[in-house]
Amino acid sequence: MAETLLIAGGRVVDPAAARDAVLDVRIERGRVAEIGPGLAPGGARVIDAAGCVVAPGFVDLHTHLREPGREDAETIESGSRAAALGGFTAISAMANTDPVADSAGIVEQVWNLGRAAGLCDVHPVGAITAGLRGESLAEIGEMANSAAKVTFFSDDGRCVGDAALMRRALEYARAFDAVVANHAEEAALADGWSMNEGDVSALLGMRGLPAEAEEIIVARDIMLARLTGGRLHVPHVSTAGTVDLIRAAKARGIPVTAEVTPHHLTLTEDAVRSFDPVYKVAPPLRTKPDVEALRDALADGTIDCVATDHAPHTRESKDVEFDAAPCGMLGLETALSIVLTDTALDVSTMVERMSVAPARIRRLAGQGGPIAEGAAANLIVFDPAATWTVEPNALASKSRNTPFAGRELKGKVLWTIYRGRVVVAEGRISNGER
Amino acid sequence: MIKHLLDITDLNPDGIQRILETAANLQPEGGAIRKYPALRNKTVVNLFYESSTRTRTSFELAAKRLSADVVNFAVSGSSVDKGESLKDTAQTIMAMGVDAIVIRHKASGAPHRLAQWVDAHVINAGDGMHQHPTQALLDLFTIRQHFPSFEGLRVAIVGDVTHSRVARSDVQALTMMGADVTLVGPPTLLPPQAEHWGVATTADLDAVLPKADVVYLLRMQLERQQAGFVPSLREYSRLWGLDSARAAMLKDDALVMHPGPMNRGVEISAEVAELPRSMIIDQVTNGIKVRMALLYLMLGTPGEVAANG
Repeated sequence: MAETLLIAGGRVVDPAAARDAVLDVRIERGRVAEIGPGLAPGGARVIDAAGCVVAPGFVDLHTHLREPGREDAETIESGSRAAALGGFTAISAMANTDPVADSAGIVEQVWNLGRAAGLCDVHPVGAITAGLRGESLAEIGEMANSAAKVTFFSDDGRCVGDAALMRRALEYARAFDAVVANHAEEAALADGWSMNEGDVSALLGMRGLPAEAEEIIVARDIMLARLTGGRLHVPHVSTAGTVDLIRAAKARGIPVTAEVTPHHLTLTEDAVRSFDPVYKVAPPLRTKPDVEALRDALADGTIDCVATDHAPHTRESKDVEFDAAPCGMLGLETALSIVLTDTALDVSTMVERMSVAPARIRRLAGQGGPIAEGAAANLIVFDPAATWTVEPNALASKSRNTPFAGRELKGKVLWTIYRGRVVVAEGRISNGER
Repeated sequence: MIKHLLDITDLNPDGIQRILETAANLQPEGGAIRKYPALRNKTVVNLFYESSTRTRTSFELAAKRLSADVVNFAVSGSSVDKGESLKDTAQTIMAMGVDAIVIRHKASGAPHRLAQWVDAHVINAGDGMHQHPTQALLDLFTIRQHFPSFEGLRVAIVGDVTHSRVARSDVQALTMMGADVTLVGPPTLLPPQAEHWGVATTADLDAVLPKADVVYLLRMQLERQQAGFVPSLREYSRLWGLDSARAAMLKDDALVMHPGPMNRGVEISAEVAELPRSMIIDQVTNGIKVRMALLYLMLGTPGEVAANG
């Protein structure tokens, strides 16, 4: 049973209510009961939030939890812990599991395991195509109408290359007000790549993925969104050219949204000079001008939100030659800190991009604020000034493939309140009781 | 001396000069092949994940002429075939007590990973499309036998630069030593970023040949045609192959080089390969000398080379 809580003296940053003020928040029976200055504690458990920010919990549109199939790398439970510690109260479990989340049975299994973990909402992402094979549509309607109520579809890791199939997906998804997110990577330009194509790949003798491989698909998908009116989401935007395409599409009123990962906001292809596969990721780390364009686009709203693309991999799978390693980086536990440390976003815009906007894209009730009386209590308290050093072995994820090992970062989540329950207390997972 | 040789840029010009001089001292030109006791009780492992006759044999002979024990870790038929990772293989080899590992691998950067996992010296004998630093050393040695200085020397590297570790190491080595390098080939096989390498690029071989001091031909593989980089090997040969007519455009003292193995009739005609200006056989001979020098300087006891030679 959720206890009565009083979050006292924090700076409440609630962009959905256009609120940014030092206030108290009382939580009862899983909901926000009262918000205002100088609330009396009564019998409530008091959380001292002085000097901290109180915000709606973060929402991740892009999370790989590896269950079912690769529970050695992550489970829904371990991923949920990482999410809660990172300040997320809702995450989106990607479909590229084994078996693939392309049927009502699998997405319901993921949904139920998320509920059992009970640390954040785990919304399954359904596959666009059966088996991620890119040949025929998965049963989008069955997944939408399942207990998991899937409204977000992606073959992430694989690009829907067939333009007719992508058209059908965007059209069909309209029946369920669903979003289609296509991993933008033109296969004909993506043969055997390990990193960005550019100066560093030329020097290192690595096969590169040109920016155009992403941009060609994004341009095509934008045209298909215009044709169909279907809701297109562009995951992990990585190039300045993609930013230009999205900006132009939005100016024309085409229904497109976009996300950027924390790592693409800070790391560049130069990291690959180490040959350390921890820096191997899809899309690949790009150039400094790309990073700058992504930061600008996130600041001005061209890119709607930050999404982690949290992609756990076992130690043995990354302890190999660069070419042989799988793509992916951890992200949940460092996302807030990277955005605070390495971008110039103010706190309010940061909360908008990490909570409000992604909740709006997925139309998640009770997430992203506003922090208003009667609203579900999905809240976080973070200290924007606290510093900490990333220690891979201290992460809650079952995997260790963070590209930020050893970095000192700013910003630490101290409390995560999920559906009125304390799931993170003073920076540690809590069983919900004092 | 350096602990590992992973990239040619691990060496500076002084380091390169030292290796070239040591190579010349160890096996003076025209003399009988000499064997030295310098690396007695040292063990060198050849860890070749790609088939290679000449480089592996060259390293093996170089180490043996310094009295090192040499083990060829045959990848085919070993536990690597059973899925053992490079890291596990490396640690297994280390547990057997070795002083140096000479590695060839299809993945760029594999030697760099290996160097993080082992205590032994690591020598890169070719990694993917990345580096082949001892090839660069033997190429410099060969050029140095015919020209007094690298400064301002005009070197044309012709062919498939994109997929060539030899080209990357040679470009860096030659530009480091002051040579003036031009890359020549179809634009599909020259990295567009090469303009940042301090070299010139062109598709016009005939314009380059009359001015070149060295023409370095890269191996052109059939699979590049199959992957669509060129329409046909026949067309490639006509536009970028060195035949007798083109060789006649060269200056009298210009050299023709090739890392081997050659595709006679594709990047080089049989007649040109056998011209006196062709250094292809000398390159093989010199490969053993520079690898001896490298192993000696990396593994040996300083001072001993002077006593011996």
